[in-house]
Amino acid sequence: MTVQSPVHTAPAAAGGGSRPKKSKSWLATVPLLAFVVLVFGVPLVIILGGTFSREGTLSAANVTDSLQGAYLTALLGSVKLSALVAVVGALLGTFLAQAVVTSRFRLLREAVLTASGVLSNFGGIPLAFAWIATLGNSGVVTSALGLDSAGWSLYNFWGLALVYLYFSIPLMVVVVVPALDGLRPQWREAAQNNGANTWQYWRHVGIPVLTPTLLGGVVLLFGGAFAAYATAAAMVGGTVPLVTLQIANALSGNVLIGHENVALALSLDMIVVAGLVMAVYLPLQRRSARWLR
Amino acid sequence: MAALTPAGPMAPMTPPAIAAEPGGKAGRPRRIRVWRGVVLLVAAVYFLVPLIASFTFTVKDSSKGFTLDAYGQILSAEGFGKSLLLSLGLGVATIVVVLLLTLPAMLAVRLGLPKLKPILEILCTLPLVVPPITFVAGITTILQWGPDHLADTPFFQTIIAAQNPDFPVVLVLAYVILALPFVYRALDAGLGALDARTLVEAARNLGASWPHLLFRVIVPNLRSALASASFLTLALVLGEFTIASLLHYQTFPVWIYTISGSQAQVSVAVSVFSLLITWLLLLALSSAGARQRSGS
Repeated sequence: MTVQSPVHTAPAAAGGGSRPKKSKSWLATVPLLAFVVLVFGVPLVIILGGTFSREGTLSAANVTDSLQGAYLTALLGSVKLSALVAVVGALLGTFLAQAVVTSRFRLLREAVLTASGVLSNFGGIPLAFAWIATLGNSGVVTSALGLDSAGWSLYNFWGLALVYLYFSIPLMVVVVVPALDGLRPQWREAAQNNGANTWQYWRHVGIPVLTPTLLGGVVLLFGGAFAAYATAAAMVGGTVPLVTLQIANALSGNVLIGHENVALALSLDMIVVAGLVMAVYLPLQRRSARWLR
Repeated sequence: MAALTPAGPMAPMTPPAIAAEPGGKAGRPRRIRVWRGVVLLVAAVYFLVPLIASFTFTVKDSSKGFTLDAYGQILSAEGFGKSLLLSLGLGVATIVVVLLLTLPAMLAVRLGLPKLKPILEILCTLPLVVPPITFVAGITTILQWGPDHLADTPFFQTIIAAQNPDFPVVLVLAYVILALPFVYRALDAGLGALDARTLVEAARNLGASWPHLLFRVIVPNLRSALASASFLTLALVLGEFTIASLLHYQTFPVWIYTISGSQAQVSVAVSVFSLLITWLLLLALSSAGARQRSGS
């Protein structure tokens, strides 16, 4: 009994102590918030401010410039490529994930999941070089199969899509496997007991449950392909119109005098597109989180 | 099955519905197994061929047939050591800064400021929405604009110092922002699995100071989350090309790109090599995570 009394006072002491603690915990968040506002917020404000000024005056000329001619082609090219990669990557990634999840071999599952984790991070320069060595003009597979005489080229829109899928499909696998694991066998049994066939089960149970995850995956893949710069720069240079390549070009000084801020306007266009697409993702992820438990 | 078939009388006795059931079940798994095999085979070809082909590309030689020269040349290639060390240094600095910024803030939010959590979450996720190339567009504009307008203020010196080519602090700042979403998610998962409040109250009641508490109680308990955050950050920094190349710093990926013009084989060899390193880092990470899970 005497032992219990300090136990009883402990919460009171902690409660009393938490008041000065609260003022301290405020302080602990200040460096992070200040850092983000300064290092991340200021460039964003500069992009916004620069977009709407030309030669020192307030003007929307940069935005208009960035939405016509070669710049518009590049923006649409990026959106087209990212949308293609996102949809195809999400479909193939889901099929691959389903094949792995339903497999009885634990080792296969572990291997594919680990490889997906690694390959979804495989991007940038090394990815471009690996594919150039494989299917480029003097690539190993190109010369082994004689593809060059058949008119094959990796350095175009479709080649870029093929390469982007190399990190997009694994990313989709990583995203969708937890959701597929969350499809309880009981749901399938219940559907079968009610006389549903496989197609009906997927149409009325599986797909609706998976939809938030699938759409979230599409959005994530779109964002990844849309923002990719290094792979495209190393592979196609300027032959495929992409907005990231145009921004890099403009930043390196390849613009008309006085039009330097077009790079900032293009950046703003990109952020708006990426932001709109991501805005779909955040609420969806919250919804799909229910099924991932 | 073979032993059962001779028992003739058994067959008619089984009701047709049940007889049909095993047949249907045997048919479906076989179809699924074939389908699954095709999917896995196509995936294996698509994902393995580029890896094998890039390795073949680096070891084939028109006169000798097979040679590992390209890998030998990596070490002697000009700029290899310097750029790799620069990237590793930037990676370590980024890890230190990002953990020092996020860990105390996230701990404080979890312990006493739950209202701030959504704000922190949004702030730490925002960098995912902003493509690195637009971020660098903003940074270059500041770096060009700054010296013209701030020449008489201490900011000028700061901006110049941050661009020191031997150790560009500006890259560390940018990489901390890029790493925030990944670090936030890793630490959030780690803190979620931890009864932080009890640990903190116990340690505080026993008289531990805040730094002692942070480094001797919280950090050891978050080991795997911190390791995963650090590995992801390191992988990110070692592979980052966009920002470094547009700000004209010779980090490791920029160096690979630079030498590709003159030494194609060596650049592919380095690519294979850097993929292997990332692979090992992430394998170590996932096996550490698995051990942690089975241990607890």
